[in-house]
Amino acid sequence: MANQETSKTARDYQELVKKKRPSKPVLKNLIYAFFVGGAISLVGQGIQWGFMQYGMSAKDATSPTTVVLIGLGALFTGLGWYDQLVKRGGMGGTLPITGFANAMVAPAMEFRSEGLVLGVGAKLFTVAGPVLVYGLSAAFVVGLIRFLITGVA
Amino acid sequence: MPARKIGPGTYHLSRAGIKSTAAIVGPKEGEGPLRSYFDEVWESETHQQKSVERAERVLLEDTMNLAVEKAGCRWSDIDLVLGGDLLDQIVSTNFVARRHQRPLLGLFAACAVFTEALGLGALLVADHDPTTVAVGAVSHHMAAERQFRFPVELGYQRTPTAAWTATAAGVAVVGPAEAGDVVVDGVTFGRVVDWGSKDPNDMGSAMAPAAFDTIKQHLAATGETITDYDAIFTGDLGVLGVDLIQALGNKEGINFGDRLNDCGKSLYYLKEQDVHNGASGPGCSASVFAGYLHHCLLTGQWQRLLLVATGALFSPTTYQQGESIPCIAHAVSLRRPEAILS
Repeated sequence: MANQETSKTARDYQELVKKKRPSKPVLKNLIYAFFVGGAISLVGQGIQWGFMQYGMSAKDATSPTTVVLIGLGALFTGLGWYDQLVKRGGMGGTLPITGFANAMVAPAMEFRSEGLVLGVGAKLFTVAGPVLVYGLSAAFVVGLIRFLITGVA
Repeated sequence: MPARKIGPGTYHLSRAGIKSTAAIVGPKEGEGPLRSYFDEVWESETHQQKSVERAERVLLEDTMNLAVEKAGCRWSDIDLVLGGDLLDQIVSTNFVARRHQRPLLGLFAACAVFTEALGLGALLVADHDPTTVAVGAVSHHMAAERQFRFPVELGYQRTPTAAWTATAAGVAVVGPAEAGDVVVDGVTFGRVVDWGSKDPNDMGSAMAPAAFDTIKQHLAATGETITDYDAIFTGDLGVLGVDLIQALGNKEGINFGDRLNDCGKSLYYLKEQDVHNGASGPGCSASVFAGYLHHCLLTGQWQRLLLVATGALFSPTTYQQGESIPCIAHAVSLRRPEAILS
C-alpha cells in the first residue's frame, strides 16, 4: 500500500505538521516546576525540622517526614487538588514523594468501581509500577557499581 | 426518489428529513459558548451514577428519549436505531438498546460515528424502509480518560495539541422529509487515510488528511465547490487540525476561508476553559450538530451545511506498539427547510 508517492505525501505532511504545531511553553513550564517542586521540598524540610524539635536526629526524622508527605499527597489527590498542582508544576509535582502518593491513590480511587480485587488490587500499580521496576533496577545497578569501586555494600 | 450513487462513496438523496434533534451535555460543555442551544446541561459529570460508564449510558438514553419525544413519536414508531460511542465494545450504545428494545445497528468509527450513523440512516430512509430511524452518539470525558489515558485524579501535563473529550450526547430522528424539516441531501462515506501521525496527544493533525480527503471526494462527486456551502464543520480537528486543512487546501487551490469551522473548536471557550486544541469525542460533533448546527439550518441562517465528523481509529494497544493512527471522516450535507426558501 505504501507506494513511494503516498510515503512522500506523508513525509511532506509531517513536515507541515511540525511547522504548524504549537510549541510547548518550556521556559514557563521550567519556572513553574522549579517553584512547585521547591515549595513541596520546603514543606518537607519544615516537617523534618518539626520532628527534630521533638529531639529526633535529622536521620531519624526522615522516615516520619516521608510518611507525612505521602499522607498529604494522598489527601490532596482525594480532594482533587493534586492533579491541578501537577498540571501547572509538571515534574515539580510528579518527582517528590507526594507525586508518588498521587500515582498510587489516583488509580485506587479510579478503579474502585471494578471492585477491590480486580479493580483496586489489580490496577493499583498501573502508574507507579514502571517507576518501581526501573527505580529498583537502577538502584541495584548503581549499588553494584559502588560496591565494585569502593568495596562498601 | 431513492438515493443515487454519484461517486465512489457519495450518494445523492432528497427524501430524508430531520424530524427532531436533542443534545444533553456535561457541566463543562454547559459553560461553553453553545450553552443556550443544548436541551439540558448536567450539574455534575457523574449525574449521581455509581460509575462514569453508567453516567455515559444515562446521558445517551436521556438524549434519545428526548429526541423521540420531540419528534412527536413513541419508541414503537422508531424502526431502527443507529449509533455508537468510544468505549470498548460500544457498551453505551448496546446497553441503552437493552432498554429501548428497538432494532439496533451499533456502529464504530470513533469520533466520526455520528455522521456515519446519520448518513447511513438517511440512506435507508431515502429508500423508503425503514421509515423512521434514530441516530446518535455519546462520549463521557472521564470514561474516555480512564480507557485511553490515565486515572482522572492523576496529575500530568497535557500537551498544547491535546484535545478534551467532551461529556455530551447528540441524537437526531430521521424520517421522510416534510415541509419544515432540515433535509439530508448528500452523504459521502470516507476511506481510511493514514499519513503517518503517531502521537495520540495530537489527533487533530492525524485526522486532518482524512477530513480533507472526504471533503474533496464529496465536492468532486457532487460537482460543487466550497462556496455552495454556508458552513463546513469538521468533527474534532481542533485549532491545529483546521489550520492544517486550510494549508492542505491552499496547496491544491481550494480556499476554505471562513466557511470552514470545527465542532471541537466551537464547544468550549478554548483559552478560558483550558482545553488546548479543543473538544473531541463522538458526542462532540453529535451534540454540536443536534444543538447548534441544526438550529442554524432550521432558522434559515444557513442554506447549506456540510458536516464532516472525524475519527481516529486507533486503540491504546496499537499506539503502544508504535503503529501510526489511521483516520476516517464521513460527510453529510444538509439543507434548510424548503418552506423557508419560498
